[in-house]
Amino acid sequence: MNIHEYQAKELLRAYGIPVPPGEVVYSDRAAARVAEEIGGNRWVVKAQIHAGGRGKAGGVRIASSREELRELTDRMIGSRLVTEQTGPEGRLVQRVLIERACRVDREWYLGMTVDRATQRVAVIASADGGVDIEEVARAHPERIHTEIVDPATGLLDFQCRKLAMAIGLQHRMAPFVRLLQRLYRLVCEKDALLAEINPLVETEDGDLLALDAKLSFDDHALFRHGDIAELRDFDEEDPKEVEAHGHGLSYVALDGQVGCIVNGAGLAMATMDAIVLHGARPANFLDVGGGASPEKVANAFRIVLEDPNVRVILVNIFAGINRCDWIAEGVVRATRSQEIEAPIVVRLAGTNVEEGRRILEESGLDLILAEDLDDGARKAVAALRAVEAGYEPVPQGVRA
Amino acid sequence: MSVFVDETSRVIIQGFTGQHATFHAQDAIAHGTNVVGGVTPGKGGTTHLGLPVFDSVEEAVAATGANVTGIFAPPQVAVDALLEAIEAGVEVAVIIADGVPVHDMVRTKRYLTGRSTTIIGPNSPGIITPGRCKVGIMPAHIYTPGRVGVVSRSGTLNYEAVSQMGKLGLGQSTCVGIGGDPVNGVDFRTVLQAFEEDPETDAVVMIGEIGGPQEVEAARWAAEHMTKPVIGFVAGVSAPRGRRMGHAGAVIAGDSDTAQAKLDAMEELGLTVVRNPAEIGTTVARALERAGVRA
Repeated sequence: MNIHEYQAKELLRAYGIPVPPGEVVYSDRAAARVAEEIGGNRWVVKAQIHAGGRGKAGGVRIASSREELRELTDRMIGSRLVTEQTGPEGRLVQRVLIERACRVDREWYLGMTVDRATQRVAVIASADGGVDIEEVARAHPERIHTEIVDPATGLLDFQCRKLAMAIGLQHRMAPFVRLLQRLYRLVCEKDALLAEINPLVETEDGDLLALDAKLSFDDHALFRHGDIAELRDFDEEDPKEVEAHGHGLSYVALDGQVGCIVNGAGLAMATMDAIVLHGARPANFLDVGGGASPEKVANAFRIVLEDPNVRVILVNIFAGINRCDWIAEGVVRATRSQEIEAPIVVRLAGTNVEEGRRILEESGLDLILAEDLDDGARKAVAALRAVEAGYEPVPQGVRA
Repeated sequence: MSVFVDETSRVIIQGFTGQHATFHAQDAIAHGTNVVGGVTPGKGGTTHLGLPVFDSVEEAVAATGANVTGIFAPPQVAVDALLEAIEAGVEVAVIIADGVPVHDMVRTKRYLTGRSTTIIGPNSPGIITPGRCKVGIMPAHIYTPGRVGVVSRSGTLNYEAVSQMGKLGLGQSTCVGIGGDPVNGVDFRTVLQAFEEDPETDAVVMIGEIGGPQEVEAARWAAEHMTKPVIGFVAGVSAPRGRRMGHAGAVIAGDSDTAQAKLDAMEELGLTVVRNPAEIGTTVARALERAGVRA
C-alpha cells in the first residue's frame, strides 16, 4: 500500500527524521495561512498524488510571494496532473503540500527495501540524489552502495558509517547514522516494504533534511497497523481493482480484448501468455482464488465485462480446492443475470470436472467448451477474430 | 526415495481441528499419507479423525515421532506456528497460508540459521510424492507416481503441468510448490539439488514467475552441477511492469526479472525452455527421450 508524500513525512517526523516545515492544504487560503505559520519568503507547492515524475510534469512549483503561492495552489488543486507514471488520463490533484523552500548544496539518495536475493532488508545509498535511481543503477552501478541488515542485530552503526563514507557524508556522520537508524526502526515497526528519501539534502545550515519521501507498506501486515491502514487513499487506486478486492478477487486491468477469469495467479499469467501466443491481447489479469463460490464467479464476470474493450471471455479453471461444479454454476448465474454479447469460452479441469461440464451442457447456453489451456486460448482468439470481422457471434451451442 | 517426503514421513497437521485442515488431512490420509496426529492449542488430549490432538508441536513430536508438519493456520498466526515447528526440530514444515507479512518471513529465515528445517511456502500448494505422501491442498487424483520432479511457485500452474504430463503417461517423483511470496522458505536451487541427488528422479520441471532472481540463480546452479535435464517455464511474459500479478512476489521491478529475461537467461545456460505454457508436457517428453530415459 502506497501513501502520499505528506503522510510519509508526518511518519518520518514522528520517528525524529528531519523534514522541511510544511503542511498539506486543500485551498489557496489555507496555503497562505501555512506560509504565515512556517515563515520564509519562498515556498514549494507539491501536488499530492501517488504517481512519481511530478517535478517534470509541473507538479512541484516554487512561489516567491504570497500571491504567487495562492495562485499556484489554486491552479494545481482540481487539475489533472499527467506524469510519466500516470498514463495519459493523468491523476486529479485534490491537495498540495506547502513547504518552506530551502537552499540545498548537495543531494543524496537513500532507500530501504526487502531484497529478494538475500531475503533481508537492504539499505541503499548513493551520492546521485534527486534523480531516477534506477537510471543510476543501470548506467553507473558502482555509484550505488548497499548494506544488508541482519534481522537479529538490526542495522549496525558501522554499516551506516560505511555508507556515509561511500557517498561523501563523513562530515555529517553522527546525524546520518541517527537518521538511518530511525528510518530502519520505522521500516521494521510499521512493516514497510519500501522507504525512500530522494533526495536527502544538506541545507546551508548543515542540517540533513528529507526533501522528498516515499513509503510503501505490506498489505498483509496492515491487520496489525490500524494507523497505517487509515492512510489508504482509495482515490489513488483503480476503482475496479478496489471493487474486485472487496469480492475477494485479484484483478488488474490490461489493454487487450480477451477478458480472463482464472484461478491461481500462476495459471492466470500463463493464460494471458497463451492468449498473446495466439495473436491477441488479454484485457485483464483475474484470479478468483481458492474456494470460489458461484457468487464470486458471477462477480468476476461483472467486473470483467465493465471493461468496454472486452470482446470475448475466457474462463480457465484448474480446480484443486476449487470445485468445477461451483464454477459452472457461477458461469450460468452470470449469463442469466446480465446480457452478455461476448462469446464465452470455458475450460474446466480438476475437482468435480464431470459435474461442472454437465451443468454447462444442461444450461442450454451458447458456450464454447475447450479441452485444455491451448484449446481455450485458440478458441478465444478465434472467437475474437469472428467478432472483429463483424460476424454475429457464431452460436457454438454447448458441446463436450 | 523421492524428495523431502515419502511413505516413511510421519506427518502432523497444525491447526488440525479447523475446517480446511480437517478436509485436507482426510484427503492426505486417503492418499496414503502417514498422518500421526495434529496440534490445536487448547485441545490437547482430545482426538480428531481418530488421531491424537496435542497442545504443542513439541508434545506432538515427543509422542508420535513426527518429522513433517502441514501448517494450516491463518496468515496472521501461521509464522508463529512455523517457528514453533522449527524449534521442535521438525524436518519439513509446509506452510500453506497466503498473506504472511514479508518481515515475518525475513525474521523466520534468520531464525533458521543453525537449524535444519526445510520450509516449503508460504503461499504454497504444498508438496506431494504421488501415492506415498501428500502435505498440502493440491488435488491428489491428478498426480501419478513416476520419475519427473516438478517445482513451481504457483499451485494451479503445477496442476496444469502435471495434467499435461499425465496425458502423455508421464508420472512424477515429487511435486513441490515453493510459494508465490517474495521471501519464502526453500528456493528453486535447493529443490533442484534435492532432485539431482534423488535416484528416483530422471528430469525436473521448474515453473517460475515474474519477479525476483531465484529462477535464474537456480538455472545457473543447474548448468554447473546437474546431470539431469531441467525444463524451465516462466509465467508472465505478457505481464506489465510494476503491477503485482496476484502473488505478492509476482511483480516486475527491474530488467532482469521479467519472464522474457528469465527465459532467455535459462536458455543461454543450456536449460530446455518452454515458451508456450500449453507445451510443458510435450517438452518434458521430448527432453526425456533426448536424455534416453523413459519416465
